Amino acid sequence: MVTKDYIRRRDQRTGWLLMLPALLLLLLVYAFPILRAFWLSFFIENLSTNLEPVFTGLDNYGLMIQDGRFWQSMRNTAVFTVFTLFFELILGLIIALALDQAFRGRGLARTIAILPWALPTALIALAWRWIFNSEFGVWNDLLLRFQLISSPVNWLGEPFWAMVAVIAADVWKTTSFVAILLLAGLQSISQDLYEAHALDGASPWQSFRQITLPLIAPQIVIAMLFRFAQSFGIFDLIQVMTGGGPGGATEMVSIYIYAAVMRYLDFGYGAALVTVTFLVLVAVVGLTWLYLSRLRAKTE
Amino acid sequence: MTTAPPTPAPPQTADRGIPWMRVLLWAAIAFTVIFSLAPVLWQVLTSFKTNAAITSDAVVYFPGLDQLTFDHYLDLFRRNQFYIYMFNSALVAIVSTVLCLALGSPAAYALARLRIPGEQVILASVLIVTLFPYILLFLGLLEVVRALGLANNYLALIIPYTAINLPLTILVMRSFFQQLPRDLEDSARVDGYNTVQMLWRIVLPMTLPALVTTGILAFIFAWNEYLFALTFMTREGMKTIPVAAAQLGVTTLFEVPYGSLAAATVVGTLPLVLLVLFFQRRIVQGLTSGSVKG
Repeated sequence: MVTKDYIRRRDQRTGWLLMLPALLLLLLVYAFPILRAFWLSFFIENLSTNLEPVFTGLDNYGLMIQDGRFWQSMRNTAVFTVFTLFFELILGLIIALALDQAFRGRGLARTIAILPWALPTALIALAWRWIFNSEFGVWNDLLLRFQLISSPVNWLGEPFWAMVAVIAADVWKTTSFVAILLLAGLQSISQDLYEAHALDGASPWQSFRQITLPLIAPQIVIAMLFRFAQSFGIFDLIQVMTGGGPGGATEMVSIYIYAAVMRYLDFGYGAALVTVTFLVLVAVVGLTWLYLSRLRAKTE
Repeated sequence: MTTAPPTPAPPQTADRGIPWMRVLLWAAIAFTVIFSLAPVLWQVLTSFKTNAAITSDAVVYFPGLDQLTFDHYLDLFRRNQFYIYMFNSALVAIVSTVLCLALGSPAAYALARLRIPGEQVILASVLIVTLFPYILLFLGLLEVVRALGLANNYLALIIPYTAINLPLTILVMRSFFQQLPRDLEDSARVDGYNTVQMLWRIVLPMTLPALVTTGILAFIFAWNEYLFALTFMTREGMKTIPVAAAQLGVTTLFEVPYGSLAAATVVGTLPLVLLVLFFQRRIVQGLTSGSVKG
């Protein structure tokens, strides 16, 4: 008994030692920046204070409430997130359903389908900027050829169309991620269920509604959770495609944070922006988590 | 058991159902392939077109021989020294991937096997931090980089890249370790190995496939990262591919070098296209076990 206890304690000590380097690094790169931003958000630290931190309590948050640019960026982020998630879910589901069937060349189709996910977002943003180019862009040319528009659209130069363009580019880039996760869910559904259901006279649409959707609901929620977090913090795509323009029409909260820190050297205010973004994210993730655990409890 | 009579296929699926479902399926497959490839192929085509063909009034879909050129690629390497950026990207991505596996796998093993108190809390925290966008980290990391004087040092990227890939590594490797047969480790103990020796000599060799899977994902994330690379590397010779390519369009004020931009995209994405071609299964497997099962 004594030796067993001894071995167990030795194992735990080894375990902590094995985890220590990884945990320390995670603390440095994840915990420190968040806590630091929270702390710094109570100080004004910008050019007016010669970049020295001056404690001002909640002043930064007071400024933020009156800051139209902040609200604009939050609105843009919300619009961007809602629309990208919606289209990614629909398209990702279609792609996952197709890739789940048996057909010749399925391996190749799957390889092609995950390609967009694997490519660097900043470079993909360059590709889409070129596609949406108002003068020589292929998208305008195609629309003109099929007579869907009568004159070229200035995609990245007009506020509304610029938002449409960045949403389209992001949907292209990340639909494959959603499709991969949903495909894993589809593959775990037993074929027998469908056969039994078909024998009962159910149409494919009915089996989709009554078997597929409920059974992959957890995967849908997880995929949307991941996508929400990434979409809410989107930076590279926007920075390279529009830089937040025209006139702030596609400025997301991340672009504003970056500008506050790197362009205006307003570290205290940037920290307050980081804190608020973090809290919004945590709130949404927490609610989804609750919903997910209830969903899981129901299916099990 | 009696032999059941062969059940005839339900008539409605044989007559009407199947052909329509087939048509729908092939439409969805065609959509998937075109949707995923078209933007990339357009960039590839642009990169081989002469400037005249790129900016001609009518968009050139099928360039003639006189409209094709290799100059944009030659320019990248001759005028813009793209091999330096390639080298930087490769170095940072490879070193951080190796480090991440070296730090993450032992941690994953401990979480899978050694019954550590507080295991659930650690796992939950690891899962939650995968949701943090990098923009929330960059301000704090910028201060760390400045305090340690790491700006324009490879470590300024290697350290965060190692960390951002740790959660995924821990989750994927942990679910792999849990599937390993326990007997092996028990007999190794009987032979007198301690935990570290056993990990190094017995478990690690068996883990190679899982390490490759995780390593590919970590490499992809590190190669693609933009925000930290943009912020911490300001000297030209230290920049990585995504940052260097993105700034090509900004530096020349008068004429946007569409051809060079397209070529830069192709050069920067090529290593990843190759990875996807060869390791499609592993990537899918790693992504799903990292996020769904975790």
